[in-house]
Amino acid sequence: MRQPKIIVVGGGLAGLMATIRVAEAGVPVELFSIVPVKRSHSVCAQGGINAAKNQKGEGDTTDKHFDDTIYGGDFLANQPLVKRMCEAAPGIIDLLDRMGVMFNRTPEGLLDYRRFGGTLYHRTAFAGATTGQQLLYALDEQVRRHEAEDKVKKFESSTFLSAVIDEGRVCRGICAMDLRSMEVKTYAADAVIFATGGIGAIFGRSTNSVVCTGSAQSALFQQGVDYANGEFIQVHPTAIPGEDKLRLMSESARGEGGRVWVPRNPAEKRPPRSIPEAERFYFLEEWYPKYGNLVPRDIATRAIHRIVYQEKLGVDGQAAVYLDVTHIPRETLDRKLEGILEIYEKFLGVDPRVEPMKVFPAMHYTMGGIWVNGEDQATNVPGIYAAGECEYQYHGANRLGANSLVSCIFGGGIAGPAAAQYAKNLEKGAESIPSVVFDAEKKRQEEKNQKLISQDGSENPITIWREFGYIMTEHVTVTRINKNLEMAEAKIRTLQERYKKINLSDRTKWSNQTLNFARELENMLILARVITLGALARNESRGAHYKPDFPDRDDANWLKTTRAKWVNNEIQLAYEPVDISLIRPRARRYDAAK
Amino acid sequence: MAETKQVIVKVKRQASPKDPARWEEFSLQWRPSMNVIICLRDIAENPVTRDGKKTTPISYDSNCLEEICGSCAMLINGKARMACSALVDQLEQPIRIEPLSKFPLVRDLTVDRQFMFESLKRVKAWIPIDGTYNLGEGPRISPEIQEKGYPLSNCISCGSCLEVCPQVNEHNQFVGAAIISQVRLFNMHPTGAMNKSERLKALMGPGGIQECANAQNCVHACPKNIPLTESIAEVNRDVWKQALLGWLTG
Repeated sequence: MRQPKIIVVGGGLAGLMATIRVAEAGVPVELFSIVPVKRSHSVCAQGGINAAKNQKGEGDTTDKHFDDTIYGGDFLANQPLVKRMCEAAPGIIDLLDRMGVMFNRTPEGLLDYRRFGGTLYHRTAFAGATTGQQLLYALDEQVRRHEAEDKVKKFESSTFLSAVIDEGRVCRGICAMDLRSMEVKTYAADAVIFATGGIGAIFGRSTNSVVCTGSAQSALFQQGVDYANGEFIQVHPTAIPGEDKLRLMSESARGEGGRVWVPRNPAEKRPPRSIPEAERFYFLEEWYPKYGNLVPRDIATRAIHRIVYQEKLGVDGQAAVYLDVTHIPRETLDRKLEGILEIYEKFLGVDPRVEPMKVFPAMHYTMGGIWVNGEDQATNVPGIYAAGECEYQYHGANRLGANSLVSCIFGGGIAGPAAAQYAKNLEKGAESIPSVVFDAEKKRQEEKNQKLISQDGSENPITIWREFGYIMTEHVTVTRINKNLEMAEAKIRTLQERYKKINLSDRTKWSNQTLNFARELENMLILARVITLGALARNESRGAHYKPDFPDRDDANWLKTTRAKWVNNEIQLAYEPVDISLIRPRARRYDAAK
Repeated sequence: MAETKQVIVKVKRQASPKDPARWEEFSLQWRPSMNVIICLRDIAENPVTRDGKKTTPISYDSNCLEEICGSCAMLINGKARMACSALVDQLEQPIRIEPLSKFPLVRDLTVDRQFMFESLKRVKAWIPIDGTYNLGEGPRISPEIQEKGYPLSNCISCGSCLEVCPQVNEHNQFVGAAIISQVRLFNMHPTGAMNKSERLKALMGPGGIQECANAQNCVHACPKNIPLTESIAEVNRDVWKQALLGWLTG
């Protein structure tokens, strides 16, 4: 009998979960990652993971989790799979618990839960304020165990370049580049699962890690894999500005009682602790009495922008507000939030237990991503699956905090067995495909490298990337205005022209990071246009997508999924209906209980 | 016009493991809250040395830039530390940047730390669950155990503890403090404890815990403040008990 084989690209939570499930299905799996998988971006997730376990006796249910998620996402998510995810979430927590995750505990030895944005229930399990790191390690350990039993083979210094797609438009493997030898090779597989994460680098600076470029998603898009709801970009309300990165200050700070405020007097000169209560403006609590500091991220981010840009109340006249945890007992802070408070202390030299933190919104997450069907994480190209942040399925127009970890593990857990089943059912596997199909793809990618390495030009890829990031952050994040989006799109095209003249300044063929970055940049520019064009077309405001010229949600015209396609080397936007079969859309507001 | 402040950086370069090492000096424009990663990015954008010679961008590992992925460990002014949290204003200049010396060099500041991940395999650093299907909740764990275990599970495998350990050298395959501390973590967990003896046995023999000479450099170098020497002491006692038990029961 034919032995099928699966490839997983990306070793964050979704990729590792998919890998484990494929290995459990008895199918050999090869795992490709740019970094050793233990260093994947999932480690940056801080606050926790949602599951309606109702362990505080509040009457929480998976149906309420489902409703919060759909409502929080402003009714853009297809509902049936989201419902399945919320129902599966308690079991996912149990699994992670069995894997040894050091979740915080109650005195009885049970898992502790805290509050998070967009819900009124204690639904978020957590391990200090480094939950993503702890979950990733648990899955990394399980994968290592399968690796020790030769069920998994890792390629941990290797970047995905393209899929190998045969004449029948079926995926038969991947083409990847070793980041040390720079050797380009193809790898046959009967199915490939992509779990390639976020796209922060498209916005220059974000809360994302360096590897989150969206390059793989863009490469797939250019090979005919559709990309959905690209215009929905989450800007997290509270991050520490920095030149290299905007470091996340988790929602859990507010979940544990942290308060956001600014001095009522814009000319305030006193240090924050000596400003009396009456002279502080707790604007989230005032504007949103029911949810207060725990409104969803899109709402909190717009409120902070309003405070800074319209009301001119930013701290010291700057783009900053206070995130204050100084009233919380030190013992609680150290037990529940130490990880993030240490980040603030280390990078700013100020102890946030004593001094309110200065924060500002930062690009954080993409709700949009690779189009997958509503059933088993399959894309529109047979043999290609996607899971985790790189796909679009679970969060609609805005993701609730602590839902990303659960969607990664749930999606990866579905994609693994689905891909294994697909591979087993194939009549003819990748081994039957003539080598010319693989050789042609390899040649195409090698030629790209050769051209980049040998060309003489005047442009530096990092310079282009910096300019690119400014354009995207300024025009395609919190507030979107059509004429600015048009200008941004035109500017990206100009950058694409300049890209043709880049000079690598490193022409060696050993561990050439400049070459790899240049390749990623080309893909980022294309995906940026998908995002920008999607935003330009959508004349409404929904979740994270906000247009002051079209301030309301428009269900009559825009309750639909954007589905971008690559047709004759150009981006085409198509639309399809949203599955709203379970919860009827209603107005979304957070100033009162929903 | 105000004079712009400069940052002088010296980087140890090596094109490949076969090439000779050399130093290059760069003069960069100072900016507030600058860290070593920003220095390396500035060099990549304009790869010209202080004396005006064109060079190549520097190869280095980095990812999260908030000291939780473990990628960017290197020697900065002779000290093993993470480049992202190494703030220029707190460093003496010229800032000397070198690759970690105890791991095989790839290029410039990039090294191969696969040894650490292989060691995690050696000691079976995982909870051997039956499968990912639904088997209900995990064991109850007291807050006290959680508060002991959580700091240990913060290990980012950066390799700083191996870098500063005199017992990690070309004559010795010592697994190092990080790995021993992981054994403590898994042996502490109620399910993990069922395979305690396997992990302890894996720490006997060449490269095992007996190689530790108690220099205690590891605990000072750890960027995550993991109580590594405490872990070594505790695991060492368990290994001795295990060995004694093996000897008694033949």
